[in-house]
Amino acid sequence: MSDVPLIDARGIVRHFGHVQALQGADFSVGRGEIVGLIGDNGAGKSTLIRILSGTDRPDDGKIRVNGELVHFNGPQDARAVGIETVYQDLALAPDLDAAANVFLGRELVIPGLLGRLGVLDKSRMIRQTGEAMGRLGVTIRPSAEVFTLSGGQRQSAAVARAAMWATSAIFMDEPTANLGVIQTKGVLELIRRVRDAGKAVVIISHNLPQILEITDRIVILRLGRTVGQVAASAASVDDLIRAMMSGVLRSQAA
Amino acid sequence: MSKPSAPFGGFTTTTELPPDERDAGSTLRRLRSIFSSQSAALFLVLVALAVFFSVLRPDAFPRVANVMNMATNASILLVLAVGSTFVILTGGIDLSINGVLVFSGVIAAMAMVAVGGDNPGVLLVGLVCGIAAGTAWGLMNGFLVAKARIPALIVTLGTMGMSLGLALLLTGGVDISDVPESLVLTVGSGRVAGVPILVIITAVVFVVGALVLTFTRFGRYTYAVGSSPEACRRASIDVTAHLIKVYMLAGMLSGLAGYLSLARFATTTLSGHLTDNLQVIAGVVIGGTSLFGGSGGMMGTLIGIIIPVMLLDGFVVLGLPPFWQQVAVGAVLIGAVYFDQLRRELRNR
Repeated sequence: MSDVPLIDARGIVRHFGHVQALQGADFSVGRGEIVGLIGDNGAGKSTLIRILSGTDRPDDGKIRVNGELVHFNGPQDARAVGIETVYQDLALAPDLDAAANVFLGRELVIPGLLGRLGVLDKSRMIRQTGEAMGRLGVTIRPSAEVFTLSGGQRQSAAVARAAMWATSAIFMDEPTANLGVIQTKGVLELIRRVRDAGKAVVIISHNLPQILEITDRIVILRLGRTVGQVAASAASVDDLIRAMMSGVLRSQAA
Repeated sequence: MSKPSAPFGGFTTTTELPPDERDAGSTLRRLRSIFSSQSAALFLVLVALAVFFSVLRPDAFPRVANVMNMATNASILLVLAVGSTFVILTGGIDLSINGVLVFSGVIAAMAMVAVGGDNPGVLLVGLVCGIAAGTAWGLMNGFLVAKARIPALIVTLGTMGMSLGLALLLTGGVDISDVPESLVLTVGSGRVAGVPILVIITAVVFVVGALVLTFTRFGRYTYAVGSSPEACRRASIDVTAHLIKVYMLAGMLSGLAGYLSLARFATTTLSGHLTDNLQVIAGVVIGGTSLFGGSGGMMGTLIGIIIPVMLLDGFVVLGLPPFWQQVAVGAVLIGAVYFDQLRRELRNR
């Protein structure tokens, strides 16, 4: 049981017209693991993430979650099995407060008839948001409008939202792009906490030193194929660049 | 998964964010609280105007009759403005409300003439037909804006012309004045405890609109769609469906306003609402609702509608040319939008 990966994608193929974005990519991630997904521009990272988070559909290939074959027809299907995605643009509504963003599309209503009419339970949403953020060590007032937050706080709010709803895995696209040094440190710390809570975390990034620092394992894509994977502790930035460019991973050959 | 997962147990430490991180938003927040109290500031303007006119004409302005007169003048505009507040909060605009108002009034009048007689049943038929006609136009607006993705400005400019033109075609350009007398005597000019029924109906519409906007999922999605449609789509909110509902609501309220206009003026007033749309949009925007969507609210709209009405009444009472009201409202409108832009620049810096 324990050797069944949480998410296991095999032979994923996706083409857009004549463009072969993915030509049989393999990818897997287990619980309590941070996996980095790297590759040059056009290697298919984003396409793979979109497919695994339900916003795009593969032309071929199989995706298993907890060993069971799944077919995502939309992001809601991925969510239903506990997969959340933090996009690079964060997808936050700046005029709404942090709690409203955390519960966006999943609002809690008060019990009874008024609840059926859609009357929101704002205090419960604010409280639960505060509790979840407290557990993750995020210091944001749940009632603060997002546009009043700094870049790092916004990123933290987006990660906390994903962590709150994800029961199995979180995908993150460039989670620290546009952040300062200290803010980046805070977000990386937050990502480790999510991992330590038993969730799988998948990070796409071009920042290779950071990938080596934060992840447990790194999967390299090249021209739509998985060319290898390596434990972060056993690789260097040069190894990763060589693998991304040539498709040959030194530690694999060894 | 519909419930938040809670297996975070074991985290007791809290990463203290550095002070600059924590305070990054506070200056902005303070600046914003000044600007977002725009409706509070507006309320002070309203009170100041009332005091000003009352001091200059204590014998005429602060009279119950005059206040009721102002409330009646504001009522139909406010019904329209409740719908427009929702539309503008989504980042849209509805120019068609006055055309739809006239069209719905014509449909209501023709329906009542067709049924004939003068009894509550006939009045109800008129109401249902008027509201149905307005809602149908709203559905068309919503579909064209949200589904066909045509800019709201163009869609509603088009439907404004279409609805007004069709109203003129249906009537041959001649107002229908064959309105049931009981409608005019009750809804149109009746009073309960001294308060015009027209004002009571408007108050109910306003309160329901404000409650829906502030406390329900529908209201929250209205803000959210205006704030970031993309964030809504990622959160699996059906943005298209919500926009269509919002335009339908505006159309429905235009239909109701058409019925109220019919009751008040005892005729279809084909050419009597030509600038209602602009007055309503000006009121909503003066009230602090952003033309860019996402921020604003119903209290601001109430004040934004009342200020121009009070200015007009005040100028008339003072014996000044009432045309000054248009000048003043125009200036206030420009100022309100300028403040909104300043606020946006501050937060986007």
